[in-house]
Amino acid sequence: MATLDIKLKRDLRRLWGQVLAIALVIAGGVASLVLSTGSFRSLDETRNAYYERHQFADVFAEVTRAPKTLVTRIAEISGVAVVEARIAELALLDIPNFREPATGRFISLPESGPPLLNRLYMRGGRLPDANDLDEVVVNESFAKAHGFEPGDRFSATLNGRRRELTIVGIALSPEHVYAIGPGDRMPDDRRFAIIWMSERALAEVYSLKRAFSSVSLKLMPDAVETEVIDALDDLLEPYGSGAAYGRKDQTSHAYLEHGLDMLRNMSRTLPPIFLIVSAFLVNLTLSRLVALEREQIGLLKALGYFNTSIVAHYLKFIAAIALIGIAIGGAAGTWLGIYVTRLFGDYYRFPFLVFADNPDVYVLAALLSMAAALGGSFRSLREVVSLAAAVAMQPPTPPSFRRMLFGWPSFGSLISQRTMMMLRNVARKPIRAALATLGMAFATGILVVSLFVGNAMEELIDVTYFMADRQDATISFAEKPPETVVFDVSRLPGVLAVEPYRQVPIRIRKGSRERRTIISGKPPGADLSRIVDVDLRTVSLPEAGVAISAYLGRLLDARVGDTVEVDLLDGRRRTIELTVAALVEDYFGITAMMDAQALARLLREAPTANGAHLSVDDGKLDLLYEAIKRMPTVAGLALQRVSLVNFRQSLAIIVTTMAGIYTGLSIVIAFGVVYNSARISLSEHARELATLRVLGFSQGETMRILLLELAVIVALAQPPGWTIGYGLSWVMNKQLAGELMRVPLVVENLTYVLATAIILFAALISALVVGRRVYELDLVAVLKTRE
Amino acid sequence: MTETIFRAQSLTRTYLTGEVAVQALRDLSLDIRTGELVVMLGPSGSGKSTLLSIMGGLDRPTSGQLFFRNTELTAVGERGLTLYRREHVGVMFLFYNLISSLTAYENVALVTEISPNPMQPDEALALVGLEARRNHFPAQLSGGEQQRVAIARAIAKRPVVLLGDGPTGALDSKTGIRVIDALINVNTQLGTTTLIITHNASIQAVAARVLFFADGAISRIQVNERRLTAEALTW
Repeated sequence: MATLDIKLKRDLRRLWGQVLAIALVIAGGVASLVLSTGSFRSLDETRNAYYERHQFADVFAEVTRAPKTLVTRIAEISGVAVVEARIAELALLDIPNFREPATGRFISLPESGPPLLNRLYMRGGRLPDANDLDEVVVNESFAKAHGFEPGDRFSATLNGRRRELTIVGIALSPEHVYAIGPGDRMPDDRRFAIIWMSERALAEVYSLKRAFSSVSLKLMPDAVETEVIDALDDLLEPYGSGAAYGRKDQTSHAYLEHGLDMLRNMSRTLPPIFLIVSAFLVNLTLSRLVALEREQIGLLKALGYFNTSIVAHYLKFIAAIALIGIAIGGAAGTWLGIYVTRLFGDYYRFPFLVFADNPDVYVLAALLSMAAALGGSFRSLREVVSLAAAVAMQPPTPPSFRRMLFGWPSFGSLISQRTMMMLRNVARKPIRAALATLGMAFATGILVVSLFVGNAMEELIDVTYFMADRQDATISFAEKPPETVVFDVSRLPGVLAVEPYRQVPIRIRKGSRERRTIISGKPPGADLSRIVDVDLRTVSLPEAGVAISAYLGRLLDARVGDTVEVDLLDGRRRTIELTVAALVEDYFGITAMMDAQALARLLREAPTANGAHLSVDDGKLDLLYEAIKRMPTVAGLALQRVSLVNFRQSLAIIVTTMAGIYTGLSIVIAFGVVYNSARISLSEHARELATLRVLGFSQGETMRILLLELAVIVALAQPPGWTIGYGLSWVMNKQLAGELMRVPLVVENLTYVLATAIILFAALISALVVGRRVYELDLVAVLKTRE
Repeated sequence: MTETIFRAQSLTRTYLTGEVAVQALRDLSLDIRTGELVVMLGPSGSGKSTLLSIMGGLDRPTSGQLFFRNTELTAVGERGLTLYRREHVGVMFLFYNLISSLTAYENVALVTEISPNPMQPDEALALVGLEARRNHFPAQLSGGEQQRVAIARAIAKRPVVLLGDGPTGALDSKTGIRVIDALINVNTQLGTTTLIITHNASIQAVAARVLFFADGAISRIQVNERRLTAEALTW
């Protein structure tokens, strides 16, 4: 081994603290990229494989009742590969030892055998016997929530008739990765079940022999989805269709897509920021570290080493540090990526996981980090190497200080010579001080944005659950009873207030931009389910016109006063024009809202309701549950409290876990930066500090000078750090926004305080570690030698 | 008549430190013969170190010419100077400047690896009497031992010229004498032209010629007809 390489090895070992600190900063950036891209790709591939192996359909439509003979005509639509007609209906369930009314979505299984599309993945048991009319297969989440095993029983009210059902199998389906009941915002596995049953049994109960109420299509690879949907709508229109839709509007797919989108957007936003920040910090740190080596570089030059070999030697040193960082980051990122993939996989109950290989991500992360590290050191290496050997051998010329602000006699007399010494040190190299401050500010900034994501979830909960949707429960009806149902509901035990609503699926369009969503008709002065604007004020609905989510407004490019075209996809289908009367800054879904009376007029029907929001007396809930189970019109009851718990346990937990991981990585980066800053500062001032000790200053006094400089830079870095953090949060807010959920851009003061506190803590720990070295300063050696 | 190894003609060196221009060398001319042992004396800032740096190819004059044998050093580029240092010059410093992370042996090997015709590191260490300390790190060596490692490192490449900037300055007299003895050995056994800067006037007695510096120029040259051995020195 060449002697220079031996030196390299020993230097790495000697400076292990700093080497590790820099490596950790690199590792933080690398890990974030590897983790997020790795987990996103694995989950995306898992989903694709799941969809493909289990023949997830491309187009879906529900009808009231259509004859089976229609199937051949649907199959003739150009681009359709497979058609599967079935029966799908909602019904209330009565589960032993479970008070709340639960809802089941009953889906028929073909008599001929397993379904062609949306095939089940059997977790246990078997498919129902075509001749046994009471055997069912239930989805796994529901079975787990109640501890059901094959052989267990529960009952359901199917089309007004109560039936005892026996579970014979437990299954997963690509169609119901995300199973959300009527009126619910989040999946509630206890209260919502997917139940597969023989077609004969369902056809008998719902009088749908030789008929169907739901159809799924698989398309040819080259099919144009919108054309197929239009053709299908034409065929189904006479049979009470709510208009066909593609995967994009299929609830389970849309939620899954949104979850993965959030993961993808996080992986596109945070890791690049982390990587850039860590690259910048490494660049900064290494350029200072190399500058400290000027004497050794001078010596090597005096001994006759070429500039190229000296530069190569130091670049090797830097590359070794970067490699350590890349290795740590790669390993940590892979491990975290697997952890996150498992977490999401469990949450979505994927039957299997596909772990994607991402050589390109490792290479990209490694190249970026390596380039940043080498780039940073190269800059100062070039500077040092360009010095004449003799100059490099002498200590640098005493730098010329300027008196500036600190020279004013009145000011100077206020502070001690030692404080002045530190202040001038900072002021003498303003660019270096500015860069160090900027580096620290970035560390604060990435902490702010990581903490912001977690906090935003709380803000979202606060606004949605406590300010906008304040109802205790939401009832949804199977049919659409007249609005007078309100009187029936208000007489139910424990009900304190009732607010009916009407929901109609629509297509809303402006120019070429179109979205499928729901329009809600609300009574004037609705007080339970309120509309809250961006300034958290309640908005009253205009009597004419429609209020839409601000996000929908942006998607359609529609502003207040613009006219939008709306296809009403319920009852007698009509296309109408409405004026946008208000934009509502909401966080869940994209919706349109209007006055219930006005909506009824547009639908040309007497006012009806799909459901009602309730305020209830908690003490009488049991009585209410019993009463609702006996109401044939009710399809489901959603409790707001439970919805909130579910939200916290599901989506929120994933977002906060991700935010937690990123916060952890930013803490590692912050520590690395602050520690290095302190260490280098010590090296740069070692001679001065030792001189002070020789002059009779105590160890504590000497240490204070060193730490004062660190404190000044940390303090200076905070305000710009908060600004950077807010800016990054703004980017994150834009990136996380989707049609199903958005995150409010509220960075709380506590977030800034917490980010700063973490930085201060990192500074304190670094100060203690580095401060100890002041005690170890070898006075004689420092003064005698030139280092 | 031995040949001339260095010929300096009207060397001037001006440093710009901050806002002050310092004239370190003023119109200095000098010839050094091959194999000569020259001691340079003079107060701080009189130009000794500057001349030594220029002769060692570590620095360049502001004006004037310096010939090494038949090559004009002041005319060769950065790469040429590096090659000159690598092949012909050995340097010793006031503060040894050993690489602290390398052992005595490795510090010498650092130079032998890049020289065309070096001795074995152990051979060089033996010349300064340190073969037993070859595996010690600088921190485990006394000041005199460190300086002797520096000498071993300087001579291991079999340099034509050996330059020492205060090689005994940081040492006590007993150790200093051992170092001087090592230098005289190298000078006589290998015929290495040796130039030593010192603040210690007693060392002049071992030199063939003594150059006295003042204000960036040579004020006086003393030729020693009788030279003392290192053991005869005291200070």
